[in-house]
Amino acid sequence: MSPRAGLTPTFNIDLRNKFKLLGGIRLAARTDIRSVLVIGSGPIVIGQACEFDYSGTQACRVLSKEGYRVILANSNPATIMTDPDFADATYIEPLTLAVLEMIIAKERPDALLPTLGGQTALNLAMELNAAGVLERYGVEMIGANALAINTAENRELFKNAMDELELRVPRSGFAHDMEKAISVAEEIGFPVVVRPSFILGGAGTGIALDSEEFLEIASFGLSASPISEILIEESIAGWKEFELEVMRDRADNAVIVCSIENFDPMGVHTGDSITVAPAQTLSDVEYQMMRDAAFRIIRRIGVETGGSNIQFAIDPTNGEMVVIEMNPRVSRSSALASKATGFPIAKIATLLAIGYRLDEIENDITKVTPASFEPSIDYVVVKVPRWAFEKFPGVSSRLGTRMQSVGEAMAIGRTFTEALQKAMRSIELGRYGLGGDPLDKPLDLLGLDEVLNLATKATPSRIFEVESALRKGASIELVYEKTKIDPWFLFQIRKIVDEKRFWSDLAVDDEGDSIDSLKDQITRKDLLRAKRNGFSDAQLGYLTNTSETLFRELRSKFALVPGYKTVDTCAAEFEATTPYHYSSYDGESEVTLGDRKKVIILGSGPNRIGQGIEFDYCCVHASYALSEAGYETIMLNCNPETVSTDYDTSDKLYLEPLFPEDLNSVIEAESSGLGGGNLAGIIVSLGGQTPLRLAQGIDPSLILGTSADAIDIAEDRKRWSAMCESLSIPQPPGGTATTFEEASKVVAEIGFPVLVRPSYVLGGRAMEIVYDLEEFEAAFSRLSALSAEGGEASMRPVLIDSFLEDAIEIDVDAIRDQDGGFLLGGIMEHVEEAGIHSGDSACVIPPITLPPQIQQEIVQTTAKIADALLVVGLINVQFALKAGSLYVIEANPRASRTVPFVSKATGVPLVKIASLVMVGRSLKELASEGILPVAVDRDYYAVKEAVMPFSRFPSADTLLGPEMRSTGEVMGIDSTFALAFAKSQLAAGTSLPSSGKVFLSLADRDKASGVELARRLRALGFSIAATSGTAKLLLSFDISVDDVVGKIGEAQDDELDAVSLISSGEVGLVINTPRGRGPRSDGYHIRSSANRYKVACVTTMSAALAGVSAIEALKDNKMTITSIQEFHRSISKGSR
Amino acid sequence: MIFSEETFFSSDGYLVLSDGTFYEIEILSLSQKSYAGVVALGEVVFNTVLTGYQEVVTDPSYAGQFITFTTPEIGNYGCNFHDMESDRIWANAVAIRNYSGVRSNYRGEKSLLALCEESNVPLIQGLDTRALTRHIREHGAMPGVIGVGDPRELAKFATSEHSTDNKDLAAVVTRGNSFEVGEGPLVVAIDYGMKSSIIRYLAGRFRLRVVPATTSGAEILSYGPAGVFLSNGPGDPSALTYSNSQITEVLGKVPLFGICLGHQLLARAIGATTYKLNFGHHGGNHPVSRLSDQVVEITSQNHNYAVDRDSLSLAYGKSTITHVNLNDNVVEGFSLDDARAFSVQYHPEASPGPHDSLYLFDLFAKEVRSA
Repeated sequence: MSPRAGLTPTFNIDLRNKFKLLGGIRLAARTDIRSVLVIGSGPIVIGQACEFDYSGTQACRVLSKEGYRVILANSNPATIMTDPDFADATYIEPLTLAVLEMIIAKERPDALLPTLGGQTALNLAMELNAAGVLERYGVEMIGANALAINTAENRELFKNAMDELELRVPRSGFAHDMEKAISVAEEIGFPVVVRPSFILGGAGTGIALDSEEFLEIASFGLSASPISEILIEESIAGWKEFELEVMRDRADNAVIVCSIENFDPMGVHTGDSITVAPAQTLSDVEYQMMRDAAFRIIRRIGVETGGSNIQFAIDPTNGEMVVIEMNPRVSRSSALASKATGFPIAKIATLLAIGYRLDEIENDITKVTPASFEPSIDYVVVKVPRWAFEKFPGVSSRLGTRMQSVGEAMAIGRTFTEALQKAMRSIELGRYGLGGDPLDKPLDLLGLDEVLNLATKATPSRIFEVESALRKGASIELVYEKTKIDPWFLFQIRKIVDEKRFWSDLAVDDEGDSIDSLKDQITRKDLLRAKRNGFSDAQLGYLTNTSETLFRELRSKFALVPGYKTVDTCAAEFEATTPYHYSSYDGESEVTLGDRKKVIILGSGPNRIGQGIEFDYCCVHASYALSEAGYETIMLNCNPETVSTDYDTSDKLYLEPLFPEDLNSVIEAESSGLGGGNLAGIIVSLGGQTPLRLAQGIDPSLILGTSADAIDIAEDRKRWSAMCESLSIPQPPGGTATTFEEASKVVAEIGFPVLVRPSYVLGGRAMEIVYDLEEFEAAFSRLSALSAEGGEASMRPVLIDSFLEDAIEIDVDAIRDQDGGFLLGGIMEHVEEAGIHSGDSACVIPPITLPPQIQQEIVQTTAKIADALLVVGLINVQFALKAGSLYVIEANPRASRTVPFVSKATGVPLVKIASLVMVGRSLKELASEGILPVAVDRDYYAVKEAVMPFSRFPSADTLLGPEMRSTGEVMGIDSTFALAFAKSQLAAGTSLPSSGKVFLSLADRDKASGVELARRLRALGFSIAATSGTAKLLLSFDISVDDVVGKIGEAQDDELDAVSLISSGEVGLVINTPRGRGPRSDGYHIRSSANRYKVACVTTMSAALAGVSAIEALKDNKMTITSIQEFHRSISKGSR
Repeated sequence: MIFSEETFFSSDGYLVLSDGTFYEIEILSLSQKSYAGVVALGEVVFNTVLTGYQEVVTDPSYAGQFITFTTPEIGNYGCNFHDMESDRIWANAVAIRNYSGVRSNYRGEKSLLALCEESNVPLIQGLDTRALTRHIREHGAMPGVIGVGDPRELAKFATSEHSTDNKDLAAVVTRGNSFEVGEGPLVVAIDYGMKSSIIRYLAGRFRLRVVPATTSGAEILSYGPAGVFLSNGPGDPSALTYSNSQITEVLGKVPLFGICLGHQLLARAIGATTYKLNFGHHGGNHPVSRLSDQVVEITSQNHNYAVDRDSLSLAYGKSTITHVNLNDNVVEGFSLDDARAFSVQYHPEASPGPHDSLYLFDLFAKEVRSA
């Protein structure tokens, strides 16, 4: 190269003109590939949530727009990406090697894009590659190739690559067996971190402080790793943790999209850490060192096009940097980085994978600058994880290197304090901010030492303990010593503490005259300072012992309203056209009001068990439908993983807490000034419980669709019962109670078993079935102790219903319009009997055992309820069928969790129809426009199966019950119920055995059907092991039992112990249907062993029978695959 | 100790722009102070870097300006001796959204506020820096005043004489003495306000003689250099009346490399013209296309003036544009093939900013060694 080789121009370009040229023309995209297979991430599980629906949806949209044929595989029906419009062929089929090979053989894609579907897609792509499938069918892996993925994912190769670059990684060694593991650990010295290779979200990872802990963690890790490999590594707990999001194109241009700093030091999985963007405590020298390293890493690993996430740790005492790991794909952090900066990583990664260069892609937000830049942001972003430990009694809430959170909320503020407090009230734990609310009380009662002790351990509540310690006077130095949380963060929290002190000093003693003098004391300046530190009116009301209303009034007096700033990727350097906003009390507001009629859609907030992607699906579809109908759509949500918080899903996005004050401010901003009269209303019924709770504070005339009063009737036990009575609709006998005496009276009337639960809760929280008085007392006291989760549950009465044993449960989704028009969405028959939460139960469309007249009765009753409630939009009704009688269990006049499943199963766009109905269209009109489906007979079955997070919680009881614990769902669709059920099990990761041994341990009441089950298993050639009682029963029916298993701890010499039987690996399926529960019961040990050793375990008889049918079906039939488009086409043909 | 806290005080005041726009602010100080009337005057510009406030405020190129940081949390990691770009702050004020009273970094030797006080430069916080940035983006960089009192009265002080137009600020910030550092072939660097990091990068490759801004071409040649470097510096290139003759005297005789102001002065020396950008480029994320191979460099930028594209084509000999800004097509680099001279508008030394363009120092070294 001559000295000036780098300085000779070839041609000169005017970028603006270039973008004009680019419009609609494939300039740089590859033309040698015409079809692309995209693999989604499957069901929502811990570590893999909505973020991959967001990234996969973007990928599909980009590929379609660029003219490629898109083939999509994803087993999760609740995703936007699996809507038939997003791909040319959508396979809602199990994500397994065999199924994907069938899809490839049938569709013959030219390329496979494996980097947008999380670890699931990446692992499957690697399996397809290893099995020679890609080569056999000539499929090219784009985005990242197998070598790059392997180098990044295989810890030994990765470590060698880092050594080559002279980048330090923590000292470590690999082991494939325990012997090697022990020698490596001893060489490094304790504490050590154990990380299994090729696993998702750090499952099986842990820190061992001594050799005893090490033995347990290492053996679990070896079994968790698909290649039986663990990395044992020097612990750098207490170091600062950072992440960089890197993009690289085929011309080797590389940029950093975003830096992220973890609030929690090393030792807590980044998915379980509070994180902040951009990094706050790095000097430029340190940041650039990290940036340089990131580029060297992405180049060495060989991710040629697309995004990667690289994690670093820094020793706070000397700046020493180590590389932790790299994800050669779009990750959860990428979704966060996209939402935090406005830079659409998934979309751009897709464009890069098909051949574009960064400088050939327009920055969507500025429209005048290219994507080859590094976003500059002029705000602070805070993400807070949301956990669900309350769902898993007995599981330790200690956080570690294995991710356990189920969701997250993100907030944006102009300062860290503002963003943090907004995030804390976004997380839906009933907090008003970082404390300053009634939930402070338990910590307030403790001494400083106790609080500090609590704060030493990383748990979900640590940030509140830190705040409490600082409030009790601990120095930053002391708290740093205990927690290793960076002093900068601690200083910010102390700023909040100081602000709190200012307001508590003003607190009034009683509700008398002093309020007036308080009002006089408060200056605009003080109030503004507090608001700029993120304080909510509710917090200030609590701190001053007054009320939220008072501060609302004061703000109005001082004209203090939040201004809405814009997320624009460039810190205001260029004009932005994308309306993506957040609030702050800095002053200027940039929001512009349009002149179209507009609708505000309230999203569903952070993912929780019971409230997940299904509701985001509904909100997004409402936005699409209403936008199409000419409305300006305004989305309000705080979940960074979702499609709804993508800046181009709605016409306007407010990334704001779903909290009354923040919502009111948005409503005011959208209702004031020019164009302010155009607010048609607010949709509260599509985002699950979160918006419903907010609805109570909204002007009723603004609520679109079903009224808040109707929602209250459905939730308020007394009003609901009265309504059912007046309509002569039978419901299980029951009553409400606020005291134990009242409760006992109800029980005396209706008799055991009973179902007890608090009202207004989500996902069957704290719901229990009790069979006797002793259990009942315990359950009632648990309910009374339940603190107000997400609001004021404790102030609401407890509901007590007679529990219908062995009843069939049925779910119905339907739509009613304002004229009384009615549309049935679908009738779902549950596989598990009533008593198992509907969210945890498998269900099937169409019903398989319900006679036509019962189905008719279900439809009529649903319509009757919808009429009585004057529902406008969606309604979900749950029924139980016992001994030929139909009972209504509950009705929810809103979108239910099953709406996306019903839509996928039937091809009917329920949310679209419901949204139009909510803004006043009638079903009749929609039918005349061809939007409504024509009634048809379908010749296929769709089964929804729940996916449980038990592998994350080895000590959790896997027994299903009335409290929902599943995190996600899959769908199996095929020509018979048995085949569809088989697919659903495969998709959910339950590997039903085709031969071998089945272990039966059945509750007395299940023993009759157990005989039939055992006969069929025998006929299929299975050998049978059974606990003594079950064995006795089977033998009395002449069914031979191969192994009789004794009670744990009581097994005779010649008897097998259940745990050792399961751990031996001989058993392929455990069927355990217990009555009563408890950590010490035999059933618990059987189930947790099955969980630990990854043996399929079924806990209800109905599911067991369905499972056996599935095994029979798989024996007789070869599995086939069909795309959703093909299924839906068969419907429209059938209708002609 | 990895962190240290400081107590600071604040007084209410205003930042007022020459067009009358004003913002409520707090003036920070380490001891209780009371202010009245005008506290500081200067041209208001913004910088979008996310890290590196210390390097920015100590960059002499900001002489005469108010630096507004768009990134809101500032002061977090303190300041330290190694990251100084000169021995003081040359700007007339530093304006931020939120100051950190704790510096959390093992290298955090001194706080930003202490550094500002040493240089007698006010540090102000609490203003809506985004609103200010949007205002400047739309209306251009303009004179501003920080003070206490009626903002309408204060506005009268923010006159055009406080803009950087037509002012030779290089003569103000240049190091007064001449000195040598490093080993290798001799390169003379004209210090128009040269950043320390540039000195470090050059001294790592050459025996570097740094000479004051007004040093004559003859004197430069008298050292017998193998190359000449034209440094960065503050303000309006047209105000440096001595630079044309200074540069033309050495141009063509030895390889020449210019950065930022040095780039503008080289252009002017060959007869091209410079103009003032509406609000300049100040940040660490500007994409620049290297036209030879279309590679994108993410660059550090800090300038309000730029080289006129058309005038360059009419200028001396064979000048070719080598780099352009992908955001707005501004000339980011050109070379004079006959004269073995090249220059860039952006900052390859970064500090703060990305290291994508460090290769330019090697390119210059190659040129010098082959001469």
